[in-house]
Amino acid sequence: MTALIELERATKRYAGGVAALRDADLTIGRGELVAIVGPSGSGKSTLLNLIGTLDRPTSGTLRIDGHDVGSLSDRQVSALRAQRIGFVFQQFHLTAGVTALHSVADGLLYAGVPRTERLVRAADVLHQVGLGQRLDHRPHQLSGGERQRVAIARALIGHPPLLLADEPTGNLDSVAGAGVMALLRSLHTEGTTVLIITHDHDIAAALPRQVRLRDGRIQAGSDG
Amino acid sequence: MADLEPGRLSPADLARVGLAGLRARPVRVVLSALGIAIGIAAMVAVVGISTSSRADLNRQLQALGTNLLMVGPGQNLFGEDVHLPTESVAMVDRIQPVTAVSAVGAVPEVSVYRTDKVPPGQTGGIQVVAAQIDLLPTIGAESAAGTFLNAATAQYPAVVLGAQAAQHLGAVVGQQVYLGTQWFTVVGLLRPAPLAPELDNAALVGWPVAKALLGFDGYPTTIYARAVEDDVTAVQKVLAATAKPEAPNEVDVSRPSDALAAQQAADATLDALLLGLGAVALLAGGVGVANTMVVSVLERRGEIGLRRALGATRHQIRSQFLTEALLLSGLGGLGGALLGTLVTVGYATTRGWSAVVPVWALLGGLVATAVIGVLAGLYPAVQAARLAPTEALSAPV
Repeated sequence: MTALIELERATKRYAGGVAALRDADLTIGRGELVAIVGPSGSGKSTLLNLIGTLDRPTSGTLRIDGHDVGSLSDRQVSALRAQRIGFVFQQFHLTAGVTALHSVADGLLYAGVPRTERLVRAADVLHQVGLGQRLDHRPHQLSGGERQRVAIARALIGHPPLLLADEPTGNLDSVAGAGVMALLRSLHTEGTTVLIITHDHDIAAALPRQVRLRDGRIQAGSDG
Repeated sequence: MADLEPGRLSPADLARVGLAGLRARPVRVVLSALGIAIGIAAMVAVVGISTSSRADLNRQLQALGTNLLMVGPGQNLFGEDVHLPTESVAMVDRIQPVTAVSAVGAVPEVSVYRTDKVPPGQTGGIQVVAAQIDLLPTIGAESAAGTFLNAATAQYPAVVLGAQAAQHLGAVVGQQVYLGTQWFTVVGLLRPAPLAPELDNAALVGWPVAKALLGFDGYPTTIYARAVEDDVTAVQKVLAATAKPEAPNEVDVSRPSDALAAQQAADATLDALLLGLGAVALLAGGVGVANTMVVSVLERRGEIGLRRALGATRHQIRSQFLTEALLLSGLGGLGGALLGTLVTVGYATTRGWSAVVPVWALLGGLVATAVIGVLAGLYPAVQAARLAPTEALSAPV
């Protein structure tokens, strides 16, 4: 069985010649729980964007679940994201005025799932993340920790094998942050591969594997 | 790779996503839809009002008949005014398809006043006219009050006032007005006569009394003739020669219903102009929609990025914003069609017409809004679809 994520000598260069990521080699197997750490500007977000197929490497190759991302069309990459990857963002990205139930259901909007099934599954996932009592709450009626759980539920609803979290606790207090981390760990135990970007060393240290970046290069942890 | 096939967004989902985008910014949506609505309303109202007016004219013509012909004296070769022979009325009556004939004769240099205290010259433009007693049925006019002249009253100082003249003199039946050099009794008032509007501002007196008291020369100045509908053109051709056999070129023949139709044709030119103005308003509305959509795309980069992360293809993002633009302008189009219909109904009611809004105008309006919506939405939608997901996601929320 192949690894879930394989980066080979992947480089991302932005217009103007700045290399945000240089010759990155990284293999992440199925079911891993990995922290990506490094100071700001070290290329963490670039790495996550590449792995999330939101961006493509300037050179080198990236394979997700065996698919060479560089050779896929926009439709295929979009389908890959819809089916295999869930995203959790630091700023939650919940639309104002939309209830938790509908925000989560939108996680399946582009997967070709009928509306009624989307809503049923959204309610299930919200129960799963402990927000069974908040289905009809809108973002401004939820605490920061609850909003992040809604976002995690939205990422989970399509049962993606890969969950990418970009500073998921960055906007939360320590109690809410711990709750979100516990949730991400429980997903890992259920078999989901989870990648967490963080600059919180305590959080990183508590995870089984750390990939350290500095100045666009992977310093440590490229092989599990 | 066959298994990487993006899920299809159903039309219902697409509409729902588009509506959600609009619902989030209601004020802006209403304002930019209003631009479209004003344009469509203007166009629908112009078409509706002119159609209603034309329908009313047709109804009027049908009621009045288009078979009335008018004969009047023209000018001779030297440009001098001439008159119709006194026997011309009888001669016109002898034309086979002519069913009714009547005539009036202008009584020159005689005016009518409310009282004898009114300074001479303040006539209000009211013409004194000698009328034959069978005038009303021939021209299709009706009395508003009192009676028309009859064989008896035509002998005496009695007068019937046209609608406008009656209003000007403030006269009622039974009152006396000062006509020429003596008092005439008002015996009747007329309703407006659409086929002979020249009589609306006239004071009609009997033929004999005009000759006896007012120095009327007895020459008819207008002969009104009704002909069998199918032979109107044929009669029209022979009228001049019949009325004045020795000099047919000195006779003017006209068909009053033509004048009404010609007036309608002149209105059509104005309609085209107003329609053009409506189109300009609609275009401006389209620019407003485009502007709203461009701003919307800029503001919603975060949302676009999120949707891309959730697996939306470029095509789906483009469709979303196109749908939004279409819904936005469609909203304006519906509102405009409704508003235009209301304006038509309101205007037609004040004019006493029955309102007619052609279905093609309403459908045309909706098609126009759809075209405007697509044109206005295309550029912003393409911009939204082109946005790189990473750039979209890094936008401030």
